[in-house]
Amino acid sequence: MKVSEIIDQLGLKVVSGGKGLDREISGAYVSDLLSDVMGNAHEGQVWITLQVHQNVMAIASLKDMAAVILVKDLKANENTIHHSNEEQIPILSSSLSTFEIAGKLYALLNGQ
Amino acid sequence: MMRKFRADLHLHTVLSPCADLAMSPDQILTIARQKQLDIIAITDHNSTKQCKVIREMAADHGIVVLNGCEVNSREEVHSLCLFENDHSRAEFQAFIDQYLPNIPNRPDYFGYQVVVDRENMILEEIPWYLGNGLQVSLEEIADYTHRLNGIFIPAHIDRPINSLFSQLGFLPKELKIDALQISKQASEMSIRKMFDIHSDITLIKASDAHYLEDIGTACSVFELVNPTFEEIRWALHRQHGRSVKIET
Repeated sequence: MKVSEIIDQLGLKVVSGGKGLDREISGAYVSDLLSDVMGNAHEGQVWITLQVHQNVMAIASLKDMAAVILVKDLKANENTIHHSNEEQIPILSSSLSTFEIAGKLYALLNGQ
Repeated sequence: MMRKFRADLHLHTVLSPCADLAMSPDQILTIARQKQLDIIAITDHNSTKQCKVIREMAADHGIVVLNGCEVNSREEVHSLCLFENDHSRAEFQAFIDQYLPNIPNRPDYFGYQVVVDRENMILEEIPWYLGNGLQVSLEEIADYTHRLNGIFIPAHIDRPINSLFSQLGFLPKELKIDALQISKQASEMSIRKMFDIHSDITLIKASDAHYLEDIGTACSVFELVNPTFEEIRWALHRQHGRSVKIET
């Protein structure tokens, strides 16, 4: 499944990194501890977090992740948006909580 | 002439919810003198309100006290913010008051948060839980501290919680720091290697004392002419012949 497909199905807003919407999704990871994501996330995953710091994009890029979903309508920092556009890794935004958006994404990726 | 000054720049008082109620101004100064400390910083969680009385009392003890606090950012990174005078301290206190969430403290869970005077009489009990993250980013806290001519030092960077590296993975390029503080048990060499910290960045050690017996158990030694705020900053940046080393 591509990033563009989950946007429609989960009602996400594209904040930045629109050039990366064709990225293929291999799964997802949920964590707000950046060192944990650095150690445990995998290539192609979508990362669900409430952290808006620019280091989020550095780690997403390091791990070559497919996209980042920010929960609860949290706003990304200016630098975070800049890096998202530069790395072409989309930042997507949801008004839902982490629990809700993770549940929906899990169901979608597992065809339930 | 350059002299050595022993410093413990991370101490809590009765005001911190998690600190012992024995951490009163007079006791802290008594122990600091016993431990032969020349410079201490008062760094309660998200509050500077206990600094003034300790600073005034310290004159009798011959100890230099820096006004400060241990601020928790939106990313839940703890940092030491130190200020030269009561004016900048008060300005920073207003900044904290603006961004600390109004979540009532539960003393039975978190401990009491009281401001006391010279005689240990309670002047004020802080109603909001001081351990929370301020609703403002780490970079903004660093920038505001520097705008007030303060010193900004991310705290206990080697700890697995509430540290720069646990929360943000690595040192953000834009973050302006004066030094980094490592914990009592940490070794400077292994921490530099583990987190890839450039040799230009000064590391200091401090006790993060929550109990009287912890005061002065981890120190840094400054080489200064006089123990002024400006010289301490020079030492952290290795300027004008001033320097600082972790005491081994």
